[in-house]
Amino acid sequence: MLERADEPSLLLIAPTGGGKTLAGFLPTLAELGPTPPPGLHTLYVSPLKALAADIRRNLSAPITEAGMAIRVEDRTGDTSYTTKRRQRADPPHILLTTPESLALLLSYEDAPRIFSGLQRIVVDEIHALAESKRGDQLLLALARLQTLCPGLRRIGLSATVEDPAAMGRYLARHPDPCPIVLADPGPPPDIRMLDLPDPPPWAGGGGRYAIPAVLAQVRAHKTTLIFHNTRAQAEIFFHHLWLQNVDSLPIGIHHGALSHDQRTRVEAAMVAGALRAIVCTGSLDLGIDWGDVDLVIQIGAPKNVKRLVQRIGRANHRYNAPSKALLVPANRFEVLECQAALAAVRDFDLDGDPRGPGPKDVVCQHILITACSGPFDADQLFAEITTAGPYADLSRAAFDACLNFCATGGYALRSYDRWQRLVQRPDGQWQLRDPRAARQIRMNIGTIQDSDTVQVRLKHRGGGTPLGQVEENFAATLTPGDTFLMGGQIVRFDSLREMTLQVTKDPGRKPKLATFMGTKFTTSTKLSDRILAMFRQEDWPELPEHTAEWLRLQRQISQLPCADRLLIESFPHQGQEHICVYGFAGRNAMQTLGLLLTRQMETQGLHPLGFVATDYALLIWGLDPVVDAAALFQGSDLRDGFDAWLSGNAVMKRTFKSSAVISGLIDRKTPGQRKSGRQATFSSDILYDTLQKYDPDHLLLQITREEAMRGLVDFARIEELIGRVQDRIDHVVLPRVTPLAAPLFLEMGRVPVKGSAQERLLREETDQILAAAGLHR
Amino acid sequence: MNDFAISFHGQKLVARPSGTLWWPDVGLLCVSDLHLGKAERIARRGGTMLPPYEGHDTLARLEVELDATQARHVVCLGDSFDDPAAATAFPNDLRSWLERLILGRTWVWVEGNHDPGPNPMPGRHLAQYDLHGLTFRHEARVGASGEISGHYHPKARLKLRGTSVIRPCFLIDDDRVILPAFGTFTGGLLTNSEVFRPLMGPKALSVLTGTACHAVPMARSNAVRT
Repeated sequence: MLERADEPSLLLIAPTGGGKTLAGFLPTLAELGPTPPPGLHTLYVSPLKALAADIRRNLSAPITEAGMAIRVEDRTGDTSYTTKRRQRADPPHILLTTPESLALLLSYEDAPRIFSGLQRIVVDEIHALAESKRGDQLLLALARLQTLCPGLRRIGLSATVEDPAAMGRYLARHPDPCPIVLADPGPPPDIRMLDLPDPPPWAGGGGRYAIPAVLAQVRAHKTTLIFHNTRAQAEIFFHHLWLQNVDSLPIGIHHGALSHDQRTRVEAAMVAGALRAIVCTGSLDLGIDWGDVDLVIQIGAPKNVKRLVQRIGRANHRYNAPSKALLVPANRFEVLECQAALAAVRDFDLDGDPRGPGPKDVVCQHILITACSGPFDADQLFAEITTAGPYADLSRAAFDACLNFCATGGYALRSYDRWQRLVQRPDGQWQLRDPRAARQIRMNIGTIQDSDTVQVRLKHRGGGTPLGQVEENFAATLTPGDTFLMGGQIVRFDSLREMTLQVTKDPGRKPKLATFMGTKFTTSTKLSDRILAMFRQEDWPELPEHTAEWLRLQRQISQLPCADRLLIESFPHQGQEHICVYGFAGRNAMQTLGLLLTRQMETQGLHPLGFVATDYALLIWGLDPVVDAAALFQGSDLRDGFDAWLSGNAVMKRTFKSSAVISGLIDRKTPGQRKSGRQATFSSDILYDTLQKYDPDHLLLQITREEAMRGLVDFARIEELIGRVQDRIDHVVLPRVTPLAAPLFLEMGRVPVKGSAQERLLREETDQILAAAGLHR
Repeated sequence: MNDFAISFHGQKLVARPSGTLWWPDVGLLCVSDLHLGKAERIARRGGTMLPPYEGHDTLARLEVELDATQARHVVCLGDSFDDPAAATAFPNDLRSWLERLILGRTWVWVEGNHDPGPNPMPGRHLAQYDLHGLTFRHEARVGASGEISGHYHPKARLKLRGTSVIRPCFLIDDDRVILPAFGTFTGGLLTNSEVFRPLMGPKALSVLTGTACHAVPMARSNAVRT
């Protein structure tokens, strides 16, 4: 690291826990020396507040021991107001922060003074930041810093990624080169499927059937991390794990919906070596290195090889020993996915979709942040933004549209001439019309999407203990007395007060399922391709016999899907006609395809009733059989239907909401605001509908479309699928359900085909309620 | 039938799915909380610039209601404008549109907390309006009877198998009717809020609006009940 210390940008790629964070600080410590002059020298940015605090501790110890007079401080949302003020007046030598806190610092008028003398910036876990808009915001902040401090040098620290050069372009000042240092990856991991006495169930997730075998592994190791793909699955697994934990092994749970206190307690217990296992989710993908973890268990198929490799790295944070990991397929199909993932890890064949261009809502926020710090010149700001890797290709027209949106609202009907947010001064510089607006803009800084959640508090005589949060939609379905799982305990819902769910402990009842916000992963293209390749094999000696037998049976009765053709099966079942489409395009795309195909069927008079989608297939049921499957897939028809369907879709409204918050159209909700004057705030859906109706070409609707196309709707993968198979559709008509389709009947998440359905449901429901109350319409 | 008819203090009133209240025997249409000029007011105060189409949308929906009912009398229950300055700054095209709607009708503007005092539009400007034993005012008063008001923007949540919907709603009991807000840019207050407890009797109904009216017993605050 020290040899390359003068590179303007440097990317260090090392497997998880290679001590790379401290390596990133070596040049800083060498430059600062034992008695450095005052002033900010190095800025460290990480995705987690906890990581900043942890690095401060880890860095302070050697600095004190070496007798160096170097001040290291962290600054995050948790830092006190007085400390923050002092840091602005008298910054430490090394400041540890997050992208959001950095953006906030840059919004102050005295930002040039705070950052004068800044020499270096260290971006930790850049692979994680690059997966979301937080990374885009950070790179814009870096572009700004580079203008303030032209000599600034960047170091990026990344876990193993599939395309290091792309990560380098992301980090470096465009068009500067970015040399890459690859650390020794260490010995290959020891990874296999967990041997289980019973075959996995046909459908579902969670892996409950494997609990005895998992407990045996926990017993045989020092510390085990048990990763789950969703928070709800982690909660259920944890609950049942404890029911079978006869030895009372100390096992904790950790996920992002738990309260800060709860998580900190589990982390502390882990560091102290007091826990034998932690049931967790992606919340432990990053963060503090725990040397004692000697086993990682992944429950449910790893949907993505890169993430799996990073997770495996959590075990054995030493270079010389191989990391040990076990995969537990949660259902029969996941046996195939796990097998494919094992092969991919062996081949070191990492997946990951190339990043699209940086999203424009983040540019809008950046323009507003820049305006808060003082007047700016549009040409200069545009030039600066295009030095950020993700925005190197941003067109001037796109930038001008963002600026126009920030200044005037960007509406076709220009009615805010008097009340523009940004105005141009006679010298051409842009500034806030009303300086008081800066406060509001600062309060909305950040790109982290917070969905509408309510706090959960455990009621007791001393007041209440915060347990965490659940989605507001889930909270709305609860009636007093209902039970659900939270932090591994069953709690009973008592009342909802000021957006807080009051609950009491209620063991011994069967809990309802809690839904948490959080990511649902979708199987990567690479893994899907590997599974399709497996289907071409003559036989499957590498698979457990129960799974191989299942595939043989499918081949005998129907056929196995293959990559350059599309298999569609039709069969009647329980009085309804079914079609099953094996698209292998990932859950989001298959879900979208389900909405599109049922729409086509509706217009063709086939009376679809509903569908369910998984990563690999789509099952649609309805009243009439599909005779001409190819006709459903006429590309242009599908596309036409798509536009109409898309605009009214709930996914679009959700995407719009997050972009509207990021771009500054609507305010982030804060708990205080929600308590008072609720009738003054109204749903962002109303704004979306209004724009659709009166201003369909508005910038925010464009952004929403772009986001949805590559995100939740994943239309690209549908188009890729249609392009791949073209008209090579194998339509197999059968008298009954096929082996491969059977598990789909057990899948959760069935989507009814709506239309007038909701009104009819409402009518039935209200009639029932009224009748029960002795009333009638 | 998508309407919901009630008998209220000897009068037949009809709650319409759009959130307006229709009094057929008098030919009177009552509408509440238009909040015209809300987007402009937020921008003027240095807030964000919301889509400036809410006035168009609100007036368009109001016109549909006037056409459908052929109302001869209209009562706006207050908060018709988001503040007095919004009424003054109301764009010319919208102003003429609204004037056209007013023309040939008796139009009563009841004042609200957002728009105290008379606004510049034609019509009668009153603190409250009494007709055939019914009282139209902006904000409900505890103890009043035969009262028709707005102000609270009530909305109700209804659970449907596995999901739930939230819709603006009328609140109706023997003493009063509270109308939902009609303005496009308006939110709402759930019926289980504390503020409705002293106002609505135990037999109160929520009448959800939307494509059709749906009446259910009003969900109440459960703060006292355990």
